[in-house]
Amino acid sequence: MADLMQMLTTNPLARQLGVPQPTRLRRGRELPSAPVALGSAGGGRIAGHTLELLGVPSREALVDTPDTRVTETDDDGRSREVPERYPSAIGALVVDATAATSISDLETVRGLLRPAMRGLESSGRVVLLGVEPETAGAPTAVATQQALEGIVRSVGKELRGGATANLVRVDLLTGEPTSPQELASTLSFLLEGRSAYVSGQVLHVGHAGTTPEETVARPFEGRIVVVTGAGRGIGAGIARTFARDGALVVAVDVPAGGQGLAEVANSIGGTALQLDITAVDAGRRIAGHVAQRFGDAARIHAIVHNAGITRDKLLANTDEERWGSVLEVNLAAQIRMNEELLTPDLPGGLDEGGRIIGVASTSGIAGNRGQANYAASKAGVIGLVRAMGADPRLTGRGITVNAVAPGFIETEMTGKMPLATREVARRINSLQQGGRPVDVAETIGYFADPASSAVTGQVLRVCGQSQIGA
Amino acid sequence: MPDQLTDAVILGGNRIPFGKAGGAYAHASNQAMLTATLDGLVARFGLAGERVGEVAAGAVLKHARDFNLTREAVLGSALSASTPAYDLQQACGTGLETVIQVANKIRLGQIDSGVAGGVDSASDAPIAVGEGLRKALLGASRARTPMARAKALAAIRPGDLAPETPRNAEPRTGLSMGEHQAVTAREWGISREAQDELAAASHHNLARAWDEGFFDDLATGFLRLSRDEGLRPDTSVEKLASLSPVFGKGEGATMTAGNSTPLSDGAALVLLGTPEWAAEHRLPALARIVDAEVAAVDYVSGGEGLLMAPAYAVPRLLARQGLTLADFDRFEIHEAFASTVLATMAAWESEEFCRDRLGLDAPLGSVDRSKLNVNGSSLAAGHPFAATGGRIVASLAKMLHEIGPGSRGLVSICAAGGQGVVAVVEGC
Repeated sequence: MADLMQMLTTNPLARQLGVPQPTRLRRGRELPSAPVALGSAGGGRIAGHTLELLGVPSREALVDTPDTRVTETDDDGRSREVPERYPSAIGALVVDATAATSISDLETVRGLLRPAMRGLESSGRVVLLGVEPETAGAPTAVATQQALEGIVRSVGKELRGGATANLVRVDLLTGEPTSPQELASTLSFLLEGRSAYVSGQVLHVGHAGTTPEETVARPFEGRIVVVTGAGRGIGAGIARTFARDGALVVAVDVPAGGQGLAEVANSIGGTALQLDITAVDAGRRIAGHVAQRFGDAARIHAIVHNAGITRDKLLANTDEERWGSVLEVNLAAQIRMNEELLTPDLPGGLDEGGRIIGVASTSGIAGNRGQANYAASKAGVIGLVRAMGADPRLTGRGITVNAVAPGFIETEMTGKMPLATREVARRINSLQQGGRPVDVAETIGYFADPASSAVTGQVLRVCGQSQIGA
Repeated sequence: MPDQLTDAVILGGNRIPFGKAGGAYAHASNQAMLTATLDGLVARFGLAGERVGEVAAGAVLKHARDFNLTREAVLGSALSASTPAYDLQQACGTGLETVIQVANKIRLGQIDSGVAGGVDSASDAPIAVGEGLRKALLGASRARTPMARAKALAAIRPGDLAPETPRNAEPRTGLSMGEHQAVTAREWGISREAQDELAAASHHNLARAWDEGFFDDLATGFLRLSRDEGLRPDTSVEKLASLSPVFGKGEGATMTAGNSTPLSDGAALVLLGTPEWAAEHRLPALARIVDAEVAAVDYVSGGEGLLMAPAYAVPRLLARQGLTLADFDRFEIHEAFASTVLATMAAWESEEFCRDRLGLDAPLGSVDRSKLNVNGSSLAAGHPFAATGGRIVASLAKMLHEIGPGSRGLVSICAAGGQGVVAVVEGC
């Protein structure tokens, strides 16, 4: 989707003039090509166990201490002390700080991070593991755990070359502890190219009722996945990514978008269901379609509420129609569909252990001038996901509810933005480029993964650590 | 070959919203529209990459390059390239004739599934070169020497350069279809008011059907259209009454642009199969094709109206099936002109017509108007000639399925050349 501005900023001349060049990100189900370094601050071990479970080999991470530094002499003959270098670039640094309770543990975190900051390969990864701060007990321990978030968010901003940094909080101190099996899908996602455009984020992995399924390459083989708004843009990317990973995709869009919908459905061997999701019987019609096409015993593994509209106007000029239509499509419709599809034993309804995934927006977090209606609906999605993720009636059925919050994603829609606005939106994030529909799709796929049963109530930004609302 | 015929069931259909000539599809070719319609059908029923028994479709207005139109559409679609296809043409009866053809092959066990329908563009109509120019060019291409070629081309006269545009006229009478129908309307005394009422009802019914989402699984948006372009939801008998007659002459002229079908662009297809094929693909059967009949009248010298052939075809079909007009839950009578529908129904009610022309002891009977074209028809939707049959059959099958098993529908389509194609469909 090259445009003039992209051409101007990425051509060789621009490079010579010092315009920052976006890195080509590692995408897909690709682990880092270089070794993964593993370290622990405080003695936590879940990270190491999880890497073993995933079959990802790791080496011991270097730790920067005054004793390990080496003296280097530069061209002018000046010598200085530098941290020990990795013999060759590492693909990722995983720091287990789940047992970090003191300020001195944070020094260990620094010591682990410092050699990695300039030792990561392109599209490298920094993954910190911690616990929910409020469960850490003593105020110092809570402070220590909270400090990890500040570290990750800053590291994300400092890393270059398409590298990302994220924090995963697990439950180890209260209730049932998170197991390596439960953590596996999240760690796999964060290390692989699937999380290319996710950085500076904090994710919580809790505990699932049952042992989650193994993390595999085609987790949706034979499973039914419904994607609304699948006719174009991000929705088309979501449908294609699910199909790549084996899903039987039911692609839903409004009848007016049927041409694009047919093209997407045909290209992935799915079925097109033309439907206005604001119809009161939308949920029932989706279930009916699934039951008819796949049999009464068939159930939906995951539904992705991607369909959405914008009706931008300053609030001073927003009437009830402009307000209502956005809230109806972006929020009310999915609430109604969820209620219908969650009916126990509904033929073609959501499966036990099923997945509901909403699509929020950075606008829903930060707000946006002229988008009060849109921001209301997207913030509403965040509230909905948190409430449903905590609902014992759903967790008891193994159903998880999560959302993605995309930042600037390169689509036909953002392609129509004014040039300067678009270029700014592309650049004001740590990865210094726009995301792609597949980045949003991969994150949704991670939530939808049967292996992600311990991940619920989460809203994950797919924004390259955008400054907006951060 | 099986001893018994299997059922040919209708599983659904797809059409693109119909456009007005020169409107949204002004630059869309027949092949583009037919391919998009086929792709929409394939997506709806999850048939990507599958081989179906055959695809039969046609177009009335056809470019020379479209000699293998349907096969080309299949090759450009998501269906398996191993799906055979052919073109068929019977003027406005094309769409329904393809349905009959495919249904018959299914019933005989020759194929287990098929797609039938048609496409037409009044906007992208072919324009031919004049006879003089054509003959000169052909002569030049046969010439063996430059001299002979120059000689052949020298025969071209300025007058030969005028193109020949397709005309909506019967070759044997020189009269347009509307002019023919104006004669029929006058003969049957069809009033302007009755025609305008029928036209208004067509628009209101079609608008309601779109509003209710009736076409959600029957149509796929194309280019910028998500509804039929000619649809006027807010038209009324009063508004229609203000239009001037365009066909017929003098005080008795009743036919206006409002109660005549506009020239249109569009495509429509129907998916058919055996009940087994339907079950294998988990597609519910909506209806089955019971029987069909085609009639033709001698409108040139025999004193019958050009578009009156269905008035003959339906009684023959009903007699064969042992049915009367009272046995039907839905009537789909193609609205070529409002007066065509009204004249056809008047003929079935006429003792004289039924006795003298059909040889019946009594009038065939009346069509219950509350069961006629209940979701609109060609006056409102438009009439891309070969697409109309597919539009009607798919919509009717859905309606009958909603009414329930055993419900009956009658399709009646008049066509140029004095022909009429009709069929009985039964709900599953």
